[in-house]
Amino acid sequence: MFDFLDLERYDLLGAFWVTVQLAVYSAVGSLIWGTVLAGMRVSPVPLMRGFGTAYVNIMRNTPLTVVLVAASLGLYQTLSVTLGGEDSDQIGFRLAVLGLVAYTATFVCEALRSGINTVPVGQAEAARALGLSFTQVLTLIVLPQAFRSVVAPLANVLIALTKNTTVAATIGVSEAALLMKEMIENESDVIFLVFSVFAFGFVVLTLPTGLLLGWVSKRVAVKR
Amino acid sequence: MSDLSVLYDVPGPRARRRNWLYTVLFLVVLGLVSWWVLDTMADKNQLAGEKWLPFVEDSRVWTTFLLPGLLNTLKAAALAIVIALPFGALLGIGRLSDHRWISVPVGAVVEFFRAIPVLLLMLFANEAYAQLTDVESEIRPLYAVVTGLVLYNASVIAEVVRAGILSLPHGQTDAAKAIGMRKGQTMSYVLLPQAVTAMLPALVSQLVVIVKDTALGGALLGFAELLSRVRSITANYGANTIAAFTVVALLFILLNFLLTTFASWLEGRARRSRRGSGAVVTEDIGSDVAVVSAPGDGPAGGPGGGPGDGPGDGGVGKTH
Repeated sequence: MFDFLDLERYDLLGAFWVTVQLAVYSAVGSLIWGTVLAGMRVSPVPLMRGFGTAYVNIMRNTPLTVVLVAASLGLYQTLSVTLGGEDSDQIGFRLAVLGLVAYTATFVCEALRSGINTVPVGQAEAARALGLSFTQVLTLIVLPQAFRSVVAPLANVLIALTKNTTVAATIGVSEAALLMKEMIENESDVIFLVFSVFAFGFVVLTLPTGLLLGWVSKRVAVKR
Repeated sequence: MSDLSVLYDVPGPRARRRNWLYTVLFLVVLGLVSWWVLDTMADKNQLAGEKWLPFVEDSRVWTTFLLPGLLNTLKAAALAIVIALPFGALLGIGRLSDHRWISVPVGAVVEFFRAIPVLLLMLFANEAYAQLTDVESEIRPLYAVVTGLVLYNASVIAEVVRAGILSLPHGQTDAAKAIGMRKGQTMSYVLLPQAVTAMLPALVSQLVVIVKDTALGGALLGFAELLSRVRSITANYGANTIAAFTVVALLFILLNFLLTTFASWLEGRARRSRRGSGAVVTEDIGSDVAVVSAPGDGPAGGPGGGPGDGPGDGGVGKTH
């Protein structure tokens, strides 16, 4: 029944490994860039606030496919930006991570901003009364509490990101979706089985993440 | 913490000077990045007038490529939402059923299709149509895109519907029972009509997600939507890749921005409404999980409630 799964010919595990790598690198990158963006959006400097708002609104309303294809055709093939990659596989992977980070960071930023909203005003007022500066109020008092309250939304961002890594197939990164495209074209008599295998792969990737982080979010939630 | 200025004091002379310094530094960084981008573009001859002017001067770029592409994007999105709505409503109501033999399988279907990337569904649908049906190959990409979008979004809408119905006060069901309504009547005459008001913002936000996802069909299935027109434009107007992407992205951003604004307007109206419960279903940030902000923890819907976001407002992030 599973004859079509010729692992010599189709590198199934390798493809899912690329998917996982895309997700992990992009998650770390978008967590950092998203936090910086959230900091900008609540900062006392109007120019930074404006930049943060504009960036989030523009990126959130652009299809991820456009971001990634533009990174490949525009950045790489037209402007020759290679991000230090040597062969086309490496360059494609790095461009995909860049695009995923640029896109996903906006959702991290919005999640964090709503987390900042849950921190009681008294916390920041007390911190200011102690003479802390804006950066200290944000990094020592507000953000740690905000992070603890947005684990569940961030888990949803991470799950959406894991699913969004398939968009990297549009610029030829050899991850799961691209392998599935190849396989259902070659093994056209067992398309339901092929689809089930890949669907199962993604369920395995996303379901435990959701359960684990759901548990974490209950553990770390600030009890008020 | 709706007024974020609580994070910092009213700036005095020193703070104002520091803020100016940060502004200047930030401008310098922004300037350097823009200069690098423009310089690289100029290097590769992407700033030349003939690459950008067609979009202003030559109406054929619009009539032959961009507008038909935009039309296809809208067509796929509209078909997807129209077909997904009834399915989603059925799945959402089915998941709320008192009979476990209905609610459990429906729940499994919903969770399954939500866990799978929409691109996999589109690729599979495309191949399935090619193998199993005699849908003509010209129209097959549209079929595949719409099928993938419907399967995925029906399950998302199911969750929105479920959250919308659960957001209603329990007294509504009790009252309907008290006057002798059957379960089906309660759902169709009492619960659903009220839930629709609470669900509308989330449904419009979902349209943004659908519009964005149509671009996948253009990139991998040969569906002639807006993004796929970049290649035809660059082939006809002298490799103006950057210009073509800029225009296409702007069109997407404009379209989605209009939808997002409409969704937040609807949300504001639903919250202020005195007729509804004041509860609003919005989408959770960055994902497709519906979140209900009940009147108790969000801005109150009643006349006594003040404006502004209350703490614990689950519906702050509006769209995906």
